[in-house]
Amino acid sequence: MGRKAKFGDDGAVKQIKGPGRKAKKQKPPKMLPGLPKLEGDDEPKKLSHRQKQRASRRSKKKEERKLIKKEKKKGVNKDDNVKNINEVSDATKIIKSEIVKQFSDSNSSWLKSKNSKSIIPEKDDDVESYDSESDIDDEVEEENGLESFDEDGLSDDDDYLAGTLDDVDSSNESGIEDTIKKKTSTKKRKAEESDDELLPIEKAAKKLKAAKKKEDAEANEEMKMQINVASQDVFVFPASDKIDEHIPIPEVEQRIKDILLVLSNFNKFREENRSRQEYTELLLKDLCTYFSYNTFLMEKMMHLFPLEDLMSFLEASETPRPVTIRTNSLKTRRRDLAQALINRGVNLDPIGNWSKVGLVVYNSTVPIGATPEYLAGHYMLQAASSMLPVMALAPQENEYILDMCSAPGGKASHIAAIMKNTGVLIANDVNKNRAKAVIGNFHRMGIANSVISTYDGRHMPQLFKNFDRVLLDAPCTGTGVISKDSGVKMSKDETDLQRCFTLQRELLLAAIDSLNFKSSTGGYLVYSTCSVLAEENECVIDYALKKRDVKLVDTGLSFGTEGFTNLRQHRFHPTMKLTRRFYPHTHNMDGFFVAKLKKFSNIIPKNDETEDNEEDIETNNVDAETTEVQNTVEKPVANIKKPKHGRGKNRVEKNK
Amino acid sequence: MKQLTDDRMKVFFEKLSKYIGSNIKLLIDRSDGKYCFREKKDRVYYVSEKVLNMGSMMNPDNIISIGTCFGKFTKSGKFRIHITSLDYLAPYAQHKMWIKPAAEQQFLYGHNVLKSGLGRITESTTQYQGVILFSMSDVPLGFGVAAKSTTECKHTDPLSVVCFNQADIGEFIRCEEDLI
Repeated sequence: MGRKAKFGDDGAVKQIKGPGRKAKKQKPPKMLPGLPKLEGDDEPKKLSHRQKQRASRRSKKKEERKLIKKEKKKGVNKDDNVKNINEVSDATKIIKSEIVKQFSDSNSSWLKSKNSKSIIPEKDDDVESYDSESDIDDEVEEENGLESFDEDGLSDDDDYLAGTLDDVDSSNESGIEDTIKKKTSTKKRKAEESDDELLPIEKAAKKLKAAKKKEDAEANEEMKMQINVASQDVFVFPASDKIDEHIPIPEVEQRIKDILLVLSNFNKFREENRSRQEYTELLLKDLCTYFSYNTFLMEKMMHLFPLEDLMSFLEASETPRPVTIRTNSLKTRRRDLAQALINRGVNLDPIGNWSKVGLVVYNSTVPIGATPEYLAGHYMLQAASSMLPVMALAPQENEYILDMCSAPGGKASHIAAIMKNTGVLIANDVNKNRAKAVIGNFHRMGIANSVISTYDGRHMPQLFKNFDRVLLDAPCTGTGVISKDSGVKMSKDETDLQRCFTLQRELLLAAIDSLNFKSSTGGYLVYSTCSVLAEENECVIDYALKKRDVKLVDTGLSFGTEGFTNLRQHRFHPTMKLTRRFYPHTHNMDGFFVAKLKKFSNIIPKNDETEDNEEDIETNNVDAETTEVQNTVEKPVANIKKPKHGRGKNRVEKNK
Repeated sequence: MKQLTDDRMKVFFEKLSKYIGSNIKLLIDRSDGKYCFREKKDRVYYVSEKVLNMGSMMNPDNIISIGTCFGKFTKSGKFRIHITSLDYLAPYAQHKMWIKPAAEQQFLYGHNVLKSGLGRITESTTQYQGVILFSMSDVPLGFGVAAKSTTECKHTDPLSVVCFNQADIGEFIRCEEDLI
């Protein structure tokens, strides 16, 4: 269809001109300049206007030179014959001298100069050939003239020249080698000569090229230097008066990376007379500026994670987690729901092997919280991590279950759905306004077996002591859900944390007290928080283990990181590894903690330990630093176990 | 938390019978345990005895909802049905209307149903009969009152209203604060 390319001249048919639809037919496509040309295109090109100008200038110059030369020769040598010979043999003379310059040994007769080309940068050659290829013959002559003018003074080579004179004459017919030599040398000369005749822009280009080459070489050198330096000195610690200086964010980022590198191999990269503490303090300061945390919280984070995990945690906390929904098994099945949502233009997938009701929403053309399916109660918008405590609780049908802090009702409705609307669920939340959300969600999801109350959870045991299972999703600082609420980073300080874990301890004890240990099916309690701090998780559980007759049991969750048994100054109960921690950077869900306890009796252990503990807690609260120092001083070296995480993991080697 | 008085019981059941007719007795005689209606702050809750026992131990001031709320008595003594009762009434509905997908959204925004949006309608629906509205895929969407009888619906023009909106599941979002 349409046009056919006619690249060669032979096949070309002239376009028929005249009226008609196709009168203004498109021309055949032009060859791209970079493509190899067809054979038919070889005919000599016409000179461009500039080329003509340059050629005329050249011929003018040549004539001028000839005149000068003649005048000179008249003065130097009056013998016409010699002059003639000189003129004729100029070419060979130059060739020879060139060759002599390049090949000093005897095999110059057959050895071709490989460098002659590469000496000249290729592109320059191209540029050169662009305007001079057509009149090579011209140039050769002209160059001969030029060179002879330059080398006239060389009289030593005269004999030699005379000898080669025949050579030159015969070269046109027979001397192949010689012609090759001649060609290469002419090329070189061309380049040399062209230096004089280059346009200013070409000169500039050449200069640039040379400069770039030099720069590259220098850069290479520098690279080598840096590699050498890296092994010696990675990071220069800022002077003490400059530490408090404000520096721009990109520099802070670089410095964080540097310090992390130093700390990763401290012995190798450290500066003399700088302690690890100095580095960590600077890192703390930089991380606070870079991620805009307050110092207190960042310090806690640094204690919690090994350094390589710290960065990934902090970065993961900045990005939102995927939207997940939970199918309401009371009203629909996951497959039906997925189909209905896909028909509305929602792109989703099952959440994973561990849940039969979860779906991940990748993107959606409709608001996912306002589809008719949502309004009909077929699903609930719920974070993946919020499904875990309910799965750990494993509610059974016809049980009495308490959700102590239920708002907005996500986990509670999940419990009711697993119970299939049998038994009794008490969804309690102390905040009346937040509890209203529970009303809406429960009615929407069709949950009928529930009482929604607004008691203070701490008073629950005064009302009921017969629950088979209790879920305590305690109020917390929310350090695991920074991606949802970044205000946490700045607003939470030591008193907030202290208030949180005091409340959590009270709630946990109340929750344990309201459990019925005689229950045939249950007697279980699940404690969860959306915080990653050990103070709100392991410490609280450890406290409850000491205060009540409860034991940790397996959560039944197939994944998640084990809880800490050792963390800095804390030594938790060894069964603490049955608890589960979830992190944004490893599990791609909100930071979360889940622990499952089983109650064995109503006995409240009273021994000396409790008082000690209380004291311990108080001192911890008031001044964690001092206790830490005391602990490390008091404990004999042999007793210190090597912790898995945190700064202390190299402690044993250090002490040895 | 108290039992309904006879007067209120009468008003309440009259209202319910508009939607589910004689099926009310199915709500009370259930095989899976005893269920009853209780009144609290003019709201009527439908709740199983087991849950009610648990609730009766708590201070009523601290209970904000128990079981399922069916609706409330207005100051003038009439009963107003709430969307929260839809789950129990929809299966027993005697007169139904199915809404086309295009008109679904309009209804969920609280608007009346036009003839053009009507997919199907139960035969023998009379004018001003309480109906329950469904989507074409049988998802219950809300309560309404038939503006026209079935036969009238067939001959009316497409832009005339066939059902007045009384309550729809859009209220779960629109009026979350004062749902019950």
